[in-house]
Amino acid sequence: MEQRFILEAQNITKVYPGGVVANHNVNLQIRKGEVHALVGENGAGKSTLMKMLFGMISPTSGKIIVDGKEVHFSSSKDAIKSGLGMVHQHFMLVPSMTVAENLILGAETGSAVKVDRKKAIEITNELSKNYNLKVDAEEKVQDISLAMRQKLEILKALYRGANILILDEPTAVLTPQETEELFEQLKLLRDKGHTIIFISHKLNEVKELCNRMTILRDGKTMGTYDIEDLDENEISRLMVGRDVSLDIEKDSADFGKTIFSVKDISYVDQFGKTKVDNVSFSVKEGQILGVAGIDGNGQSELIEIIVGVLKQQKGSIFINGKDISSASVLKRQESGISHVSEDRMRYGTAPKLSLEDNAISKIYYTDKLKTRGLLDNKKITAFTQKILKEFLVKYDNPKQSISELSGGNVQKVVVGREYDYSPDLLIMNQPTRGIDVGAIEFIRKKIVEMRKNRKAVLLVSADLSEILSLSDSIIVMNEGRVVGYIDDVKNTSEKELGLYMLGVKEDSKERIGGAYSE
Amino acid sequence: MNKKFTAVRLSCAFAIAILLTVAIIFSISEEPTTAIYNLFLGPLQSKRHFFDVLASSVPLMFTGLALGLVFKSGNFSMIADASLYTGGVVAAAIAILIPMPMIIHPIVIFIVAMIVGGIIGSIPAILKVKFKANELVTSLMFNYVFFYLGIYTVNRFFVDRQAGTFASLRYSPTATLGNMLSGTKLHWGFVIAIAVVIALYILVYKTKFGYEIRISGSNPEFAKYSGINTSKVIILTQVIAGAVAGLGGAVEQLGMYQRFNWQDSPSYAWDGVIIAILAGNNPKFVPFASLFLAYIRVGADLMSRRSDVQNELVSIVQAVLILFITAERFMAHWKQKQEAKKALKEEA
Repeated sequence: MEQRFILEAQNITKVYPGGVVANHNVNLQIRKGEVHALVGENGAGKSTLMKMLFGMISPTSGKIIVDGKEVHFSSSKDAIKSGLGMVHQHFMLVPSMTVAENLILGAETGSAVKVDRKKAIEITNELSKNYNLKVDAEEKVQDISLAMRQKLEILKALYRGANILILDEPTAVLTPQETEELFEQLKLLRDKGHTIIFISHKLNEVKELCNRMTILRDGKTMGTYDIEDLDENEISRLMVGRDVSLDIEKDSADFGKTIFSVKDISYVDQFGKTKVDNVSFSVKEGQILGVAGIDGNGQSELIEIIVGVLKQQKGSIFINGKDISSASVLKRQESGISHVSEDRMRYGTAPKLSLEDNAISKIYYTDKLKTRGLLDNKKITAFTQKILKEFLVKYDNPKQSISELSGGNVQKVVVGREYDYSPDLLIMNQPTRGIDVGAIEFIRKKIVEMRKNRKAVLLVSADLSEILSLSDSIIVMNEGRVVGYIDDVKNTSEKELGLYMLGVKEDSKERIGGAYSE
Repeated sequence: MNKKFTAVRLSCAFAIAILLTVAIIFSISEEPTTAIYNLFLGPLQSKRHFFDVLASSVPLMFTGLALGLVFKSGNFSMIADASLYTGGVVAAAIAILIPMPMIIHPIVIFIVAMIVGGIIGSIPAILKVKFKANELVTSLMFNYVFFYLGIYTVNRFFVDRQAGTFASLRYSPTATLGNMLSGTKLHWGFVIAIAVVIALYILVYKTKFGYEIRISGSNPEFAKYSGINTSKVIILTQVIAGAVAGLGGAVEQLGMYQRFNWQDSPSYAWDGVIIAILAGNNPKFVPFASLFLAYIRVGADLMSRRSDVQNELVSIVQAVLILFITAERFMAHWKQKQEAKKALKEEA
């Protein structure tokens, strides 16, 4: 009997400008009413495939078939018309508008000249009730939690008539508790007849939620399977293709003297919102201090303050006993701080410039690269090639622009540059976000190597498993405050961290104070 | 891949511009072959015309360098226009009013013109850093201020009342630049321009400050995180660019003129934009772009004198070129196809 598929991708190939093959003859077949997992490591091409199904980019070759008819989406608008809806990893909402306004945006209620806000709120509440996705219709999006924003995104898709929902790594921004809640809601949606494509690289979640799955590796399909037919080991072998251990081996903790500390840091932004609230902690020799927390709870601001691009209203920062509370960015670097920023393309590189230009940004003004007072191309090339080699970067030549590399390779260049500076404190903000598994493994090893060299590492990550496997100690941030301090990572679990992150659990002042030492 | 692509793209842009020009000439002219011959080959017919090309490339080089430097730093100040004009006025003032010995006279003029040009260049930059005022808007406004200030200065202090039109008194012969080749317009300013090309190339690609300019221009956020003082970069680059333009104004006056008669702003700065774009903001390519532009302009002059086609036609060539060079998507499809082919071949 011929199986009818609601959505099908046939031999899809996508080559990005610059020659990166993101998808190569990919096949995907989705049955009506199933929850279909699309799994694969970071960089395997999952997001690319979904963007093509949703009409955001067009395939280099191949066919997309919806309900038995071949379609050519020229934009997401066409995809929405065909009944597709997508919840992106990065939410597409207008923060200054209310939940209801965001819901109807682009498909407004009311007449051509006036938006019917009351109607919008009614619609929001009704949808919210129908699908058991609770949102506050009249709140502004900037004031609601990430979990609620995600629900809003799902409602938005439903409001536009989506019967196939694509969720791109929906649990990446959620705590374990919020993830459970989301799963209940997704099951409800499935029971109501919606088809869901669930993108993830977390196997336990896939096992819990999905019926079938398609595995992608290096842009190629490794087959579609019923969930029951494979155990986690088999899945992971298909996903990765080789044995990769993300459980990093490290020696037992042995801290030395305090290298870096911040005391009573507070920062209020231009809208009067307290982003960082009296934060104190220190990092010692040979210690990796993890900073956990849901994205947007003050971690970014805290790091910006430490790096020196944002000025705190209160509090002080010390490195090796030296007060750098109001020193310039450069002075801070020179006193021993290296920083891998959370967004490598925005803050960590000049994408259009060459690998060389990007590699030398820490030392371009020193004599290391000069001959008779002028920058020496030979020295620059040699320095760059040393980093590229040491960090196993895949590249054509050191003069090509860095944006031609894959995310993982760009991140390796950035980490290599910061690592080569041999800092006393290495700040790693989301060091492995959106990069392939080989690069993740490599970068994590380098972080542990830093610790072995008796340096201090400050690790900010939204990935709890990363925090748990790398850190020695952890502080948890919620709404700008440190709400939890775990001095030995062995005494905690993802569940417990989740409770801190949600603000449900909070340690005593004395215990949190333990994070700081002179 | 990228170098090859740039070369193919540039050739295509030139080919389209030339074809379009030829097509237009054929459609409007009674004597198209004469027109085309003079436009494209006229400058090569005589020694005099050929050196005319070299001479008229000089101010283009100066403004091309100035604008290219400003663009490289990620700013869009057009103040080079005011710097160049005022540099010319300064040159005229000193050449007329302050007697000095040979050789010393032009050197003093150049130094003062550079200082004045630099100070003018700093104004939009400082306004941007201090008040976040858009430098394109302020520079265009200040261009008027300095243009009329220049006219006023000339009129008030050293205008020649005997001359029928707007013109200053004659420059002292000690101030003017000598011709490099007698019987041509080519003057020593050409050598000065080439020297500035080399100096700016070294500045941009071989010095610490040049690196800061390139990083700030490419990604200011990254520059900030790298500890680069971006305000300093903005102001200093525009001071340097202003000085270069100021020098260009003085060189042009002392090299090509006996008296100051720029009654309309010569708007070399806009030519500078064209040059900067053609040269990709790289000082190394500025002389070639300038020579090209000077060549077709001299050619167009000859064409309009010897045939029935007006020299405004050259604006069309320029416009088409700029359009295709700046249009990022031009031939991007072709490039991507090539890349896809290559990438998939490696995959197989």
